[in-house]
Amino acid sequence: MIEVNTGTDPLLKRAFSLFRITGKDLQILYRVRGKGTAILKNMKEGAYLDMLGPLGSFYPLPPEDQIPLIIAGGIGIASVFSLAERLAGRAIVFYGARKKYDLLMFKEIEACAHELVVSTDDGSAGRKGTVAEAVEAFLRSHASLIASCAIYACGPYPLLKTLAQMTQEYRIRTYVSMEEHMACGIGACLGCVVKTRDGYKRVCKEGPVMSATEILW
Amino acid sequence: MSIDISVRIGDLELKNPVMTASGTFGYGEEYAEFLDLSRLGAIVVKGLSLNPKEGNPPPRIVETASGMLNAIGLQNIGIERFIREKVPFLKTYDTKIIVNFFGDSVNEYVAAAERLSSVHGIHALEMNVSCPNKQAGWSIFGTDPLVMSQVVGAVRKASGLPLIVKLSPNVTDIAHMAKVAADAGADALSVINTLTGMAIDIRTRRPKLANRTGGLSGPAIKPVAVRMVYDVYKAVKIPIIGVGGIMNTEDALEFILAGASAVAVGTANFIRPTVSVEIIDGIAAFLAQEHISSFHSLRGTAHES
Ligand SMILES: Cc1cc2nc3c(=O)[nH]c(=O)nc-3n(C[C@H](O)[C@H](O)[C@H](O)COP(=O)(O)OP(=O)(O)OC[C@H]3O[C@@H](n4cnc5c(N)ncnc54)[C@H](O)[C@@H]3O)c2cc1C
Ligand SMILES: Cc1cc2nc3c(=O)[nH]c(=O)nc-3n(C[C@H](O)[C@H](O)[C@H](O)COP(=O)(O)O)c2cc1C
Ligand code: FES
Repeated sequence: MIEVNTGTDPLLKRAFSLFRITGKDLQILYRVRGKGTAILKNMKEGAYLDMLGPLGSFYPLPPEDQIPLIIAGGIGIASVFSLAERLAGRAIVFYGARKKYDLLMFKEIEACAHELVVSTDDGSAGRKGTVAEAVEAFLRSHASLIASCAIYACGPYPLLKTLAQMTQEYRIRTYVSMEEHMACGIGACLGCVVKTRDGYKRVCKEGPVMSATEILW
Repeated sequence: MSIDISVRIGDLELKNPVMTASGTFGYGEEYAEFLDLSRLGAIVVKGLSLNPKEGNPPPRIVETASGMLNAIGLQNIGIERFIREKVPFLKTYDTKIIVNFFGDSVNEYVAAAERLSSVHGIHALEMNVSCPNKQAGWSIFGTDPLVMSQVVGAVRKASGLPLIVKLSPNVTDIAHMAKVAADAGADALSVINTLTGMAIDIRTRRPKLANRTGGLSGPAIKPVAVRMVYDVYKAVKIPIIGVGGIMNTEDALEFILAGASAVAVGTANFIRPTVSVEIIDGIAAFLAQEHISSFHSLRGTAHES
């Protein structure tokens, strides 16, 4: 959670994934969305920011014999990037965006992925279509691998929902990183809940990474 | 010079006038890794009911200009689990534990108050009357003077603990409601709860909260809250706890000058988990700077002509 300004509007902290930690740097990768991210964008180098974290859960690392499929829709790449890096050379990464211009950190991902499957809605890079379609095509053509796959996904809600339904069909263990509006980020306000089989769970505390089968989509 | 900033709320002695507002501080433990809970005047825990409550569907939160709307829907773990799982932890801290509670009928309020009053480690009760009354077509308890008098009176008889009634600001005459609560036996009043509001998404043309309406909190409501404390101070003799948009020491002092004996910090906890402690230190520093030896002497001084 990052405090984007010291005034009262915007008031609440904004949630960001820890994109990458290198030596002394802690990096976030963000998309300008509204007021808060616009303030971040206009910040000068050397400015100070208050931050609370790291908070919440991370993707559980797959056992050695598993094939990790990492799936990122749009800015969701910020959440899964460090996982891809950690799994150096092991993961098959599916990265989808609206258009070529929106594909960030392309070289870096290519470098740490075992294989990179790119898709764009308008076909300006990689496969034309959604990232979910790309994943489905892969699964269909690699039926023998399915049993040893595990999925790690972050992106817009509709993408995660589609993936969850699809991977349930294929019986693939699937972890998704959820988004909800947040106030505290530390489990106190109960504002960020998603509905699960065991009732409402807090995205900031029990999440953001949750098992896809646990969520009532 | 060491300055005494302890205050009394009825029979309740607080080491300082700063507490945490219900629903913004969880059950205390969520904040334990950020600050020493023993520094707080009191912890007011998330509102509890006899039975656990699931709460509203998401989205439950939307940010507005200098404020936020919430429609948590009073989600809580229920009184029994609270007593079993949270009280033992809270008891290890040297602070006062105030339990905020509610019910959907007078009987439920009474049963909740009775149960909580028998528990060692709970020092006072705060009644949330800004919730719907099942027996009266889900109208809000705290907006009808007769109903409020009834429910506060019944709880008063059921509990020997100091009883704080938390007033709803969604009324025409808050001073009148304050008198009703005081006459029915309240030992103190918390002023104010959230103001009902709404935000609409112009693209989807639907309210942004799943519940449609929510409670507005944060700096946006502070002037309303200060005015209400000011009005209530004129109407009743019992202590007032000022709540609404307090972000820093200056805000807290404004409430004291309007007539509050103590303050509760709410939404600000979300932005700076350590803010309550900063305000406690800030109040002491202010008194030292201004050479004021008695915190109590500040109370209500905005009323002097
Ligand atoms: C766990 C988590 C991790 C995230 N990681 C990243 C990341 O790495 N990079 C990135 O670009 N974005 C990320 N987001 C989304 C990011 O928090 C929002 O884009 C950002 O809060 C928008 O703020 P704003 O002031 O620019 O937008 P506004 O629309 O002005 O924000 C208004 C309010 O809505 C909230 N809000 C708006 N969009 C979202 C959203 N999608 N999710 C949650 N709250 C939202 C804001 O926090 C704020 O309270 C993440 C969200 C969550 C919950
Ligand atoms: C997320 C949230 C949950 C709340 N839950 C409760 C509650 O359970 N019971 C209650 O009496 N007040 C509740 N409140 C109201 C606060 O205690 C407080 O009265 C109000 O937010 C105004 O203060 P603030 O502007 O400092 O937040 C809640 C407020 C927020 C923001
Ligand atoms: S943001 Fe407050 S509980 Fe998750």
